Amino acid sequence: MITLGHMLTLSAVLFALSVAGIFINRKNVLLLLMCIELLLLAANFNFVAFSRYLGQLDGQIFVFFVLTVAAAESAIGLAILVVLFRERRSINVEELDSLKG
Amino acid sequence: MNPTLLLTIPMLPLIAALLAGLAGKQIGRAGAAAVTITAVGASCLLSLIVLKQLLVDQVPDYQGTVYTWLVSDGVRMQVGFLVDHLTALMMVVVTFVSFCVHVYTVGYMSDDPGYQRFFAYISLFTFSMLMLVMSNNFMQLFFGWEAVGVVSYLLIGFWYTRPTAIFANLKAFLVNRVGDFGFVLGIAGVLHYTGSLDYSEAFKLAPFVGAKTLMVFPGHPWSAMTLICICLFIGAMGKSAQMPLHVWLPDSMEGPTPISALIHAATMVTAGIFMVARMSPLFEYSDTALSFVLVIGASTALFMGFLGIVNNDIKRVIAYSTLSQLGYMTVALGVSAYSVAMFHLMTHAFFKALLFLSAGAVIIAMHHEQDMRKMGGLRKRMPVTYWTSLIGALALIGTPFFSGFYSKDTLIDAVADSHRFGAGYAYGCVLVGVFVTALYTFRMIFLTFHGPERLDHHAQEHFHDVGWNMKGPLVALAIPSLFIGFLTEQTVLFRGYFSDSIRVLEKDDVVAEVAREWHGPVEFALHSFLGFAPWLAALGVLTAWYFVLHRPAAGDAVRVRFAGINRVLDNKYYFDWFNENVIARLTRGIGLVLWRGGDQAIIDGGMVNGSAGLVGWLAGVTRQLQSGFLYTYAFWMIIGLAALLGWFLWRT
Amino acid sequence: MLPLILFYVFATVLVAAALGVIITRNPVFAALSLVLCFVTSAVLWLLIEAEFLAIVLVLVYVGAVMVLFLFVIMMLDINLEELRSGFVRYAWFGWIMAAVVVVEVAGVVVTRRLGIDVTRGAAPLPPNYSNTFALGEALYTRYVYALEIAAMVLLVAMVAAITLTLRHRVGLKAQDIGKQVAARASERVRIVKMDSETRL
Repeated sequence: MITLGHMLTLSAVLFALSVAGIFINRKNVLLLLMCIELLLLAANFNFVAFSRYLGQLDGQIFVFFVLTVAAAESAIGLAILVVLFRERRSINVEELDSLKG
Repeated sequence: MNPTLLLTIPMLPLIAALLAGLAGKQIGRAGAAAVTITAVGASCLLSLIVLKQLLVDQVPDYQGTVYTWLVSDGVRMQVGFLVDHLTALMMVVVTFVSFCVHVYTVGYMSDDPGYQRFFAYISLFTFSMLMLVMSNNFMQLFFGWEAVGVVSYLLIGFWYTRPTAIFANLKAFLVNRVGDFGFVLGIAGVLHYTGSLDYSEAFKLAPFVGAKTLMVFPGHPWSAMTLICICLFIGAMGKSAQMPLHVWLPDSMEGPTPISALIHAATMVTAGIFMVARMSPLFEYSDTALSFVLVIGASTALFMGFLGIVNNDIKRVIAYSTLSQLGYMTVALGVSAYSVAMFHLMTHAFFKALLFLSAGAVIIAMHHEQDMRKMGGLRKRMPVTYWTSLIGALALIGTPFFSGFYSKDTLIDAVADSHRFGAGYAYGCVLVGVFVTALYTFRMIFLTFHGPERLDHHAQEHFHDVGWNMKGPLVALAIPSLFIGFLTEQTVLFRGYFSDSIRVLEKDDVVAEVAREWHGPVEFALHSFLGFAPWLAALGVLTAWYFVLHRPAAGDAVRVRFAGINRVLDNKYYFDWFNENVIARLTRGIGLVLWRGGDQAIIDGGMVNGSAGLVGWLAGVTRQLQSGFLYTYAFWMIIGLAALLGWFLWRT
Repeated sequence: MLPLILFYVFATVLVAAALGVIITRNPVFAALSLVLCFVTSAVLWLLIEAEFLAIVLVLVYVGAVMVLFLFVIMMLDINLEELRSGFVRYAWFGWIMAAVVVVEVAGVVVTRRLGIDVTRGAAPLPPNYSNTFALGEALYTRYVYALEIAAMVLLVAMVAAITLTLRHRVGLKAQDIGKQVAARASERVRIVKMDSETRL
């Protein structure tokens, strides 16, 4: 049977992959946003797993809200990206350094 | 006594000084003179009234606070007056001499551009000195002390374009400062041991302090009272120019003669003597301190007299005379004859001021020539000046019946009666000092007023006798120089005049012993011929006559024979050389090292610039973190997260 | 047994798709890989018996969010040449960090002192258990405030997105309803008194 350990390890791997994705991505802002979605997915995995294995429903409820917020955040993130693209004509992350100290 | 009356006495000269100083141009030369002379004259009259109230009306002493400046941890710092017989004596002396000097200045400084400034300064000085003598606590005493030092500095350097004047006034101030350092330590000691800056409270506790000891170096306890008194006396050494802090007084002759008369003869230099007399309740509990005072005073009295013999500047001879006489007063203090010291202070004020003012008259008449070798035979040209100077000189050397005789001989008798350590040495010094005093005084008189005229061509053409605005004060001062000793010795010394102000322990009361032999001023004068003093004085006059008038060449021969001694005397015992080349150079060297190493390198370079540089460097390094790239920030966030996770795991 | 095998199969697909998201250079491929991620996640959640959330994942995440992503990718005129040029220099450090994170999270799992037994299976659910029913019951009673707030968040996000990207076209003749409604007769008609003309 599928144990809690299985789910948690899977979620950890997903999380790690998304983190790696954030690091190694230097060219694409879109990829950054997608990695964030992966991150949230990994977190959701955790929630669902614990909810199932501890017998409480609250974990799944919380996934609802994470989903909501993730949707909202990706909408706004993409809106920003669109506006950015209108100005810069590029989505290269390496060019977005006007806040350099 | 009315406190308002007492307050008016110092305030009048202050207001006059402010008017003359700040509004000098508006009120003009005549206005400045009028305002200050009126103010000081009024103060003099009021002081005489106060004296009369104390002496004749038997009004009790006044002790009161005028204004509390601040209270800190139980210590009250206030402005207050203590007017007893001692104070009243000083007030009269100060205001009278100041008044004479004010009037004299009208003539002396008549063609000087700083006329109003001078009047402002001498009125300010009068105010400061009055605050000093009228004070009832150490704080105000110290204020007056410093104030007279400052005004002395201003006045010595009155002709500030002269480099010698500036050198002199700085020297005076710095040497005074050395004395003040000791003075402040003494005041701090008093405060520490008695808990109060007030005279009456401190004196009440004096017997108890006398028993206490202090460990300055571990294992060697010193008497606290001795230490305090010696520190206080160091202040007096600075102000009253005792050895080795005497070096500033001859240089202070760079200032105009009126102030030499006022400050460096009659009043400021006597502040130290006054202070020790005022502190007699403290000094009486420390024999060691008094012996110290005695030895210093005696040495000053004798050795400064020697310097007066070889000097050729008329003012400097009188300056060394002042130093010597201050030594005499200090000796009197040292044998616990405080009242005699004050009496000598009073008589000395009159005849020394007289001598200075007459020297000033000579200088003006000679068109600012001060070298006695270029004078001579002036008694025919300036009779009034000559006769008043002669009176002053006779008073100085202690001619019987003149005022100086009464104070000086009583002093010598008191020293003879004392059993204190150093009294024998002091007795020898003051006796030899009588001979030396007579020698240099009459050398001065003979060189200046007698003998053939040695005036050069320029002086002969421009010679003009001075007016009555200068001769008047001379006469006014000559009268007390003649009579005041004769008239007042009994009252001042032997009728308990100072019994409320000066405390003397019975075992040391030499004045009481002298009083036992007193049978009146005439008898005292005649009796003195049985002793040494008048004969030594006469011998001194004769010697001066021989070397100046009878056979001047003999003087040159002596100078050649004793060339070594002559050189030492000419160099003023190498005190000045030592101060300038050793002490001053050392201090400047230390200052230079501290400036370059400490201030520039460490503070400016390391701390100020260094800290700014450090901040800048740090900012430069930290700036690298702000790459502007989102992924870098995410990177650091995740590293932080990983670290946090790791730490949590580590803990469990 | 079967659920475990299915789990491994779909888990492998999931990890492969996730790898695909981050390695591929073409953003469209990346988006589609992400879609695959979500779908396999939904299957895995089904295996866990959280069926409502699985469907929600597909509907919301794939159906809305990823579609939005693809919209934007298509809309933006992305220069593919630029994207193809070379990899990043410090990629290796990213992989190391990922490995560290995996080790740490796995460490949390492995450490027995956290009070959770990770080796046991899930407790069996009661026979007429409906995940949807249970979720609805909880959501509309205990979590109703949070639900309302979540709704507000979505509304605000919508408004924000529109505000950010709205461009007004210049020169467009559109009706301004506000002005139309606010028109008053007194501004439109004005009675003027004039003398009558006698001449023709």
